[in-house]
Amino acid sequence: MLLDLKKLKLRSVNEKLQNIDRKKNKRDFVISNPEGNHAVCAGLTDNIDVTIKGHVGYYCAGMNQNANITVEGNVGTGVAENMMSGKVHVKGNASQSAGATAHGGTLIIDGDTSSRCGISMKGIDIIVKGSVGHMSAFMAQSGNLVVFGDAGEALGDSLYETNIYVKGKVKSLGADCEEKKMNKQHKIKLKELLKKAGSNIKPEQFKRYGSARKLYNFNIDNVSNY
Amino acid sequence: MCGIVGIYLKSKKFEKSLGGMLSKMLISMESRGPDSAGFAIYNRDKNKLFKYSICLNEMSFDRFKKEIKEKINFTKLEKNSDHVILKSTLKPSKILPILEDFKGISLVGYGKSIEIFKQVGKPSNVVKKFDLNKFSGSHAIGHTRMATESAITTDGSHPYSTGEDECLVHNGSLSNHNNLRRKLKKNGSKFNSDNDTEVAAGYISDSLKDRNLKQTLKKGLSDLDGFYTFIAGTHSGFAVLRDEIACKPAVIAETKDYVAISSEFQAMAHLPNVNSAKIFEPEPGVVYSWGK
Repeated sequence: MLLDLKKLKLRSVNEKLQNIDRKKNKRDFVISNPEGNHAVCAGLTDNIDVTIKGHVGYYCAGMNQNANITVEGNVGTGVAENMMSGKVHVKGNASQSAGATAHGGTLIIDGDTSSRCGISMKGIDIIVKGSVGHMSAFMAQSGNLVVFGDAGEALGDSLYETNIYVKGKVKSLGADCEEKKMNKQHKIKLKELLKKAGSNIKPEQFKRYGSARKLYNFNIDNVSNY
Repeated sequence: MCGIVGIYLKSKKFEKSLGGMLSKMLISMESRGPDSAGFAIYNRDKNKLFKYSICLNEMSFDRFKKEIKEKINFTKLEKNSDHVILKSTLKPSKILPILEDFKGISLVGYGKSIEIFKQVGKPSNVVKKFDLNKFSGSHAIGHTRMATESAITTDGSHPYSTGEDECLVHNGSLSNHNNLRRKLKKNGSKFNSDNDTEVAAGYISDSLKDRNLKQTLKKGLSDLDGFYTFIAGTHSGFAVLRDEIACKPAVIAETKDYVAISSEFQAMAHLPNVNSAKIFEPEPGVVYSWGK
């Protein structure tokens, strides 16, 4: 079903996708002329396929559950923020805070993302085929961030238990983030993630980064600093 | 919040439609800044006249016309709503003191190519009021303001122009503007408002005496403390800078005919061939410039 945002209001398009007609059970949708609108496909809960033909604004596919959303263009701030499940595939670049606070599902970005990709992520798998900007995976709690290109300054600052895999260069690591050994279970997991993104790059080409766990507890030697 | 927009034309193809392109950009940024709006438009006129952009505030045009003719011999006046473009062959060193002493009006900018119009109210109303659609030019910069740190007045509206053919719009806030204002005042800079952006504009004008626009903005990275995305314009130059934290958004679209920048992509979704443009976000702490 074609939904043209030049003719329909954004709110009516989102409402339609949030409450699909179960009798007709049509599960394929195409959105045309998104023209940088914000919150396109926010709050979807059904197992449906949506293709967005063009560039979108902020918080695209936010809070997504189950839906499979493809963007044939660039996305603004906070794509798939707080996603619970499902899949979001961006064929262009993403702005800052891609996949922020997301609990689950998969976010694939074919281009680059700017700063704070995966900030406070809580279980999502993010695969970026380009590079990520500064402060990516800041305070990331669980899930995986895979980067085919380079990472900007302060990668994984104040990191909890997210695994970060980077194939290119890392400009600098944030506080409490360190390079970790790539064990067998990590290679198996990474291979599975790369397969999801349709890539046959070998897991051995990546380096793994994780938390040094030194910020988990207060160090009494630092008491005089406060 | 605040919305910033700008277009720099690389070819002559869209010179006549520049005003129309910018007005749609400004209107779509109304949600980011409903308090006031303004724009600076540059025209590569070959005549040697200086143009002074003046906001009449409460004064009637007839009264201004009568009084200014008594002070300046040769002038040509073009009225546009509550603004007037005063054209004169006399040098700024002669005209500026007269306009600065003229009670009741605000000088919003001057130069050989720049014209500035800014006023309080919704961007869509401001665009209509000054009939931005009819303007042509080589490059243009606009702003929609959501006021945070100083009053909603014409003097508090962007763009700010503190030197010949110079202008600046800003999304963000500066934290060291009071100190910087004091320093610049000592060097002879004059300010009309308490606004932080006016200080940044003054800083740029001061620095442009010894440097070009790109070098000036590069130096600004260490001297201007705060959050910002700036678009700065000069007679034939156009530049963009984001601070190193890069909280304030910006997106650039570049084609063979133009470079457009805005706070959000939706402001340029209507531009010709934008979907085949090279679209990217300016990187933090990197100066992007076109022209001189």
